[in-house]
Amino acid sequence: MNSQLRFVQGNEACVEGALYAGLEFFAGYPITPSTEVAEHLSRRLPQRGGKFIQMEDEIASMCAIIGASLTGHKVLTATSGPGFSLMQEALGYAVMTEIPCVIVNVQRGGPSTGIPTHIAQADVNQARWGTHGDHAIIALTASSHQDVFAMTVEAFNMAETYRTPVVLLFDEVVGHMREPLLLPEPGEIPLVERLKTSVREGVDYHPYLPREDGRLPMADFGGVHRYNVTGLYHDMWGFPSDNPKVVHGLIRHLVDKIENHVEQIARYKTFYLEDARTVLVSYGASARTALHVVEGQRKRGQKYGLLELQTLWPFPTEVVAEVCAKAERVIVVEMNMGQICREVQRTVRDPGKVFLANRIDGVLITPTDVRQVLRLIAGQGV
Amino acid sequence: MAVKDYLRERFFPHMWCPGCGHGTVLNGLVHAIEKLGMSKNEIVMVSGIGCSSRISGYVDFHTMHTLHGRALAFATGIKLSKPELNVIVPMGDGDALAIGGNHFIHAARRNIAMTALVMNNRIYGMTGGQYSPLSGYGTIATTAPYTNIDQGFDVAALSMAAGATFVARTTVYHVHEVADLIQQAILHDGFSVVEVLSQCPTYFGRHNRLGGPVEMLQWFKDNTTRIGSKAAAENPELIQRGIFMQADKPEYCTEYDKIVEQAMAAAKA
Repeated sequence: MNSQLRFVQGNEACVEGALYAGLEFFAGYPITPSTEVAEHLSRRLPQRGGKFIQMEDEIASMCAIIGASLTGHKVLTATSGPGFSLMQEALGYAVMTEIPCVIVNVQRGGPSTGIPTHIAQADVNQARWGTHGDHAIIALTASSHQDVFAMTVEAFNMAETYRTPVVLLFDEVVGHMREPLLLPEPGEIPLVERLKTSVREGVDYHPYLPREDGRLPMADFGGVHRYNVTGLYHDMWGFPSDNPKVVHGLIRHLVDKIENHVEQIARYKTFYLEDARTVLVSYGASARTALHVVEGQRKRGQKYGLLELQTLWPFPTEVVAEVCAKAERVIVVEMNMGQICREVQRTVRDPGKVFLANRIDGVLITPTDVRQVLRLIAGQGV
Repeated sequence: MAVKDYLRERFFPHMWCPGCGHGTVLNGLVHAIEKLGMSKNEIVMVSGIGCSSRISGYVDFHTMHTLHGRALAFATGIKLSKPELNVIVPMGDGDALAIGGNHFIHAARRNIAMTALVMNNRIYGMTGGQYSPLSGYGTIATTAPYTNIDQGFDVAALSMAAGATFVARTTVYHVHEVADLIQQAILHDGFSVVEVLSQCPTYFGRHNRLGGPVEMLQWFKDNTTRIGSKAAAENPELIQRGIFMQADKPEYCTEYDKIVEQAMAAAKA
């Protein structure tokens, strides 16, 4: 049992989660603060017959994992802001071609080179809208190493279930801090394996014809079914089409397959919410600060609660609306200019009761920072 | 297997302009594969974006039409994850060497076994005739209306400098050479580059007053010669055709297999 207990960085917890989920191929490029993911996988993957490659840049890394996924493997890349920017075009290709893959973005301060060794949570909207064109995306996050592990496994499961890229939006503090991680036994967390076609050799296989349940069984490149994959709008055979019906049908499918499953994709944790009059909404490292504030207020008899989001996209609208419905005040604690705050404001009936408690200077937001915002809202000054 | 069995006939006629040289490259490619007697299931073709990249739609292999310039990066993921596959990567000149230049030199440097086919018509055709890194100094394009002051790459010299272990060049006039060189490139265990000069009468030919497809093909005949020929010695201006480099160097996927062996042994110990 003790051998399963590790004292690791968040980036290592991510590596352990990916290996637990069945990762077989990693391509990446060094960038702070995500580099440890690549370093550990360069050692661990070949030990189990997997492949690691350091590509010439993040564009190539993203392309390489898409290619490797198409041959039937579970794939991962890891990066931070500038690299995530470079990956956006190929990320859109994975959306369009419905190729499962997982992209880790250990967030640092931006824009541009920004503040590489310090925390930010400012790529939330980039994860949602970074690539061009209408599309849906799944983005998950976590605040502790146990959850980093769990969300990494979830990311692989969702990538296979929905045939989509999944973004893991961690942050520098979670990525670099050390804390215990208890590795689950094999089988303890269910894994989703690739849904492969049952169409026999010689029978026409339609790679882009969804089943009744909306899922598309895949055939490995290099197997018995030869087909075409393209980033152009395409028909059920994967061949380019500009037929308006085909174009409309495909974009609806790409969006609906995710937006119709918001409830199934939503992951979150609730703390002291039953009778909460003041609700804090947070995620990632900021949620640790938020929880500290909530527990402090509870000790003083104040009815505070916390909703910690682990799924950021698709935004879990119903969960947030329900949790916030009875609250007098909602405080969104995050390390950006209000990217999730805006979503919460759009979600609740009375946006006027939603406030932002943030910090944007590369230093982890502290309980004191949050309490100051609370006092300001109450008209008590700092 | 008959040559036509390698084609997806339902997608013909192809989308290339009348007189385009790219169909001849396709012809040479399928003849090379037919001669090698390869199974369609063992071939993956990965292309980027542009006129040349549409070649992947016409062949009955596993085909992936990817992003502009990135075909080799996708192909690297395919090859390393399943090294038993034969990976062929047709690219245009802009695709391979402008937007894709970095991936090109790094794929060559790794010496990963795949065949890069540079279909060089010296112009961006699909967007309507802008100059490429292979248009050459003094040419005319829609984005070089006065004259092109960009110097061109020498694909063969660049490939060799970058580490490619099989480098060859020919033209679509020399169609048997196209098939023969592609055949040898596919058999080569390392990163192979075959540059095929192809004509674009619609844009490059028209803007540069080179006549129609027949005149452009005649130009390939008159202005090229075999490597080491007497004509080459007498006239250094001639473009040389043939195999520039054929070397034996450790192949990337084979080397990675050794890493796996080493890592597995270390993990057991």
